[in-house]
Amino acid sequence: MKIGKDLVAASATPMVLAILSEGESYGYAILRRVDELSGGELQWTDGMLYPVLHRLERNGYVKATWGKAESGRRRKYYRITDRGSEELASQRQQWRVVDATLRATSFHPFQMVPQGI
Amino acid sequence: MLDERIAEWRSYLRRGQAIHQVDVDELEDHLRSQVADLKEAGLDEDEAFLIAVKRIGDLEALSREFASEYSERLWKRLVLATDAGESGVGWNREALVAVGLAVAAGVAIKIPELFGVHLNGPDRDVSFYIRNFSLFVLPFLAGFFAWKRGMEFAGRLWLMAPFMAAALVMNLFPFTPEGHTELLAALHLPMALWLTVGVAYAGGAWRDHDQRMNYVRFSGEWFIYFALIALGGGVLMGTTMFIFGAIGLDAEFLLNEWILPCGVMGAVIIAGWLVEAKQSVIENMAPVLTLLFTPLFTLVLLAFLGTMVWTGSAIDVEREVLIGFDLLLVVVVGLLLYAISARDPQAEPGAFDGVQLVLVICALLVDAVALWAIVARISEFGFSPNRVAALGENLILVVSLGWSAVLYARFLARRIPFAPLERWQTAYVPVYLVWASVVVVVFPLVFRFQ
Repeated sequence: MKIGKDLVAASATPMVLAILSEGESYGYAILRRVDELSGGELQWTDGMLYPVLHRLERNGYVKATWGKAESGRRRKYYRITDRGSEELASQRQQWRVVDATLRATSFHPFQMVPQGI
Repeated sequence: MLDERIAEWRSYLRRGQAIHQVDVDELEDHLRSQVADLKEAGLDEDEAFLIAVKRIGDLEALSREFASEYSERLWKRLVLATDAGESGVGWNREALVAVGLAVAAGVAIKIPELFGVHLNGPDRDVSFYIRNFSLFVLPFLAGFFAWKRGMEFAGRLWLMAPFMAAALVMNLFPFTPEGHTELLAALHLPMALWLTVGVAYAGGAWRDHDQRMNYVRFSGEWFIYFALIALGGGVLMGTTMFIFGAIGLDAEFLLNEWILPCGVMGAVIIAGWLVEAKQSVIENMAPVLTLLFTPLFTLVLLAFLGTMVWTGSAIDVEREVLIGFDLLLVVVVGLLLYAISARDPQAEPGAFDGVQLVLVICALLVDAVALWAIVARISEFGFSPNRVAALGENLILVVSLGWSAVLYARFLARRIPFAPLERWQTAYVPVYLVWASVVVVVFPLVFRFQ
């Protein structure tokens, strides 16, 4: 399914933070996890993940370290920080509110006044 | 095979200005992981590579994303420090060598003081310093390039020869103190030695035309960097004088004895090192200035010619005026040279080329008038070192500009490509070296050291 560009952009931050809260990871693995979690529905352009990661690092939500992959190559690993966990919690809350509002309105499509929220 | 492809892809990525070395490393790791996965899924290496590259995404969009993240990177910074995680051995060593040589040059200029040859004070020997100042710093600059280019021992020996010869000539010739030949030699020696440094810059390959052009580019940038450092140094000295003066101490001694001489010597090396370090990373300034000033100078010369014709006035023949016209020609040759150095050789002849041709022709016309006056003065008052030097320089520059004008006209008429123009400039460089050497060595002998 084609997800709108703005929605993908908006959801990128909480999704990456959520995946990192599962444990330390690196770019390619994060993408694979997104693919896995969404059942293939979410197709991110690979390269776009990295500016997002760098922005998160700049804001202090994640911490990056250079390590070694199994093949011996240099690889950049990311870990979520405390600030990142707080931000994740805050974003999850925001999404909950939006989702709940949408859910509430969509059950009564033909009524002018919503029955209850 | 894969490694080659990835290397190509890396250099393609680097074109995105906001994407730095470390980002490329990260993306490469991603690419390799993707390729490995796709190969596991059954694709062959070529297909896997193609799909992986496509999935990374469009380079334009990627650059834009990175750029909006790292907007400060769009100001091309001179990144001397390598990014975190890379071995900084390369630039660290070069910086140390450069600073070391700069310090050495600064120390060297003070050594004569130990032997009683003073720069300031009542018993100063300014003449010594004027004759020899380039010998205190240019050998170090040549040494820096000889080291950087990895010249072999034989090459380095050959390189030392002109410096030693210059030292002998400048100090053993019985110049009349502050006489004409001494001054001329002192003015032309730096130019001769600068071109010798060019041999070191080219790593000994002084016949290579591309290397000569590179040295021309280097010289232009060096001059600009040196001027900027000198300005900064001036501010530094002024501030020092002021604040020490505020507590009642006169810092003038410190400035004249140490900061000024050592600073200038050191700045020569440091400016050279910085230009080497930045090379293509930062836009070259000299061509930008050329672009700006060529039309302005052309207008001035056209106005001058027009005025001369309108008022019918002749050129007032004083020695200073004639030297001024030599300088005019030097400026025009400089503008031409730097425009050529930065021009894309494949580009079609354009409007700017036309402007340059007009500039050159105007300069030649203006010079023809001045030359007539110089020749008249010589035939009236005889040969003196200054007049002969002025005449010689004028002729040399006229030949350079004249043939350039011919080639330029042919280029604009699309009868020849751009390459001959560039070739002519670089082929002419040894002429400057020979002339400077003649002024340093032959003139004193001919004019009996007057």
